[in-house]
Amino acid sequence: MPSSSKPTLAVWKFASCDGCQLSLLDCEEELLDIVGEIDIAYFPEATRAVKKGPYDLSLVEGSITTPHDAERIHKIRRMSKTLVTIGACATAGGIQALRNYKDVREFTSIVYANPQYIETLGKSTPISDHVLVDFELRGCPINKYQLIEAISAYLGERKPNLPKYALCIECKQKRNVCTMVARGEACLGPVTQAGCGALCPSYNRGCYSCFGPKETPNTASLALWLEKKLGADSAALIRAFRSYNASAEPFRRESEQHEV
Amino acid sequence: MKSKSIRVDTLARVEGEGALHIKIKENSVVDVKLEIYEPPRFFEAFLRGRSFREAPDITARICGICHIAYQTSAIHAMERALGVEVHPQVRALRRLIYCGEWIESHALHIFMLHGPDFLGFQDAIALAKEKPELVKMALGLKKLGNDIVTLIGGREIHSINLRLGGFYRMPTRSDLQPLVDRLKWARDAAVESVKITGGLEFPEFERDYEFLALKHDNEYAITEGYLATNRGLAIDINDYEKHFAEEHVEHSNALHSIHKGKGTYFVGPLARYNLNYDQLPSIAKEAAESVKLGSFVRNPFKGIVVRAVELLFAFDESLRLIEEYEPAPKPFVDCEPKAAVGCGATEAPRGLLYHRYKIDDAGLIQDAKIVPPTSQNLRTIEEDLWQFVPPRISLPTEQLTWVCEQAVRNYDPCISCATHFLKLKIENV
Repeated sequence: MPSSSKPTLAVWKFASCDGCQLSLLDCEEELLDIVGEIDIAYFPEATRAVKKGPYDLSLVEGSITTPHDAERIHKIRRMSKTLVTIGACATAGGIQALRNYKDVREFTSIVYANPQYIETLGKSTPISDHVLVDFELRGCPINKYQLIEAISAYLGERKPNLPKYALCIECKQKRNVCTMVARGEACLGPVTQAGCGALCPSYNRGCYSCFGPKETPNTASLALWLEKKLGADSAALIRAFRSYNASAEPFRRESEQHEV
Repeated sequence: MKSKSIRVDTLARVEGEGALHIKIKENSVVDVKLEIYEPPRFFEAFLRGRSFREAPDITARICGICHIAYQTSAIHAMERALGVEVHPQVRALRRLIYCGEWIESHALHIFMLHGPDFLGFQDAIALAKEKPELVKMALGLKKLGNDIVTLIGGREIHSINLRLGGFYRMPTRSDLQPLVDRLKWARDAAVESVKITGGLEFPEFERDYEFLALKHDNEYAITEGYLATNRGLAIDINDYEKHFAEEHVEHSNALHSIHKGKGTYFVGPLARYNLNYDQLPSIAKEAAESVKLGSFVRNPFKGIVVRAVELLFAFDESLRLIEEYEPAPKPFVDCEPKAAVGCGATEAPRGLLYHRYKIDDAGLIQDAKIVPPTSQNLRTIEEDLWQFVPPRISLPTEQLTWVCEQAVRNYDPCISCATHFLKLKIENV
């Protein structure tokens, strides 16, 4: 197939650690197959060659934290036929959304000698707060097989086949013993969207929800469990719901229930 | 000759986003700026009030490429604060997963980010069309690094198995065995990689740098040791901030690390190689000798060869660690909090990564400081360009731009890391 007839792919970065776009390069066995099907038109981490937009598919990593980026995302949306966000920063503001619960001016002065030079917004927000998003990939980082599924689905003009149910289902499928019931360890699995393959419980560790809230999570019930059975205090509950998906709505709401 | 300007608005094939701007007037360089427009993320600020146990996983999110380095530096800082001693096999397993990260990061940089510059390709995809076997080998090496990280850490990025005091779950000997044959193949391929990179053409460029790296009495330092330079400094990690500081430079839009009272310094593979060459295994030294690399390298463009030598070392070291591995009787030792301060430093793929934490009786973080390798190298990169450009000023702009980008990529800069604290200013020239 001549390269001009292949759909074009662009990869964009906002406030993030680079890990989710690195997941694309981590598809070592599939990478050459992917570039056989799709034309990488803009991906600065991988190439200095730039093809002009518009682009058929844009992958967007990172959250919006500066006035400049709040404008840039609109330009990217206008250039993109389909826009998919990759990872917790782009879909839920990321770990840097912890600033949303504090005064960002205080944050700036802790880190910077000259806070007056820092151009930053008071909140770290997901891409969907700014523009229409066609599909969101969860995870901190995303799972590379979910990324391949999303790209394949795009190429096949179908909906990505990715679960919305709780991590607990994956634990059952893997026949893991329940971390919380058997070992008394805090686990956010019951309110977390599946997708990682129940990684932490498989390593004898409670889930800390890097994939964010599942559909209709009962966070209040889990919080009660953590409090009554495992003795978590309100500060610990707040920390549990405010991490890599701190501004995801169900987690934000639950964490605020425990503020003194 | 009139004024001209070399401007690269988006530096490609680096981790994170930055720009390069060099101004030339009347045949001399009048300004060099490595502009960092990647937004700051305030990690040191939001670490305050978090539990000491969370520091490894939170700081991992500073960088998706060297998360093991962040986790290990944070863990070591907390363990040193609390006086925790870990089992020797926990130590060995940390070194093994760290080797995995070096392999993944070095293979990525050598073949996909930096190599295309030397061979005149825009990227590794174009390179794959001309030299498919080379790129397939490179992807195989990179994948093996990722597989080591995944096997021990759970996944390629933001590993979930490292914790204070050890690991959540220790692999068995037989878990690691499937890696052995692949590592032997990779070690041979890495010898070949040293030859390939050693045969590239390098711009003539050397400077008398001060190199800083961890040094260890018994091994090529990765996770532990003291801080040493080629100019005779030898200090404990705890004294890092007495000797090194971030400085605000008038003509720069970023904070730069300096050696107090001395000037710029250089961290990363070249520093490690130059300071710890004697501790490399003979297979790595022989490969270096086969391409006449010498035991002390002052040309930063040869960083690609040094990375290949370290890649070879990391495969060899992984084989040794797996050979000698026995799971520790307990995967981790308990760490109880107390009010304390601790520092940790390890050798991330790009160089020294320093963490310091102050925690209270309940184990809540009161204060945190993190100095990533790229911020320590930023000023050195700019100084390189001040000297690199003048003899090449007559090159066509497009060609000069490319070699300047290549000079920046010598350091494999990770801007995502650096901007967790860098001062941000967008300059519209």
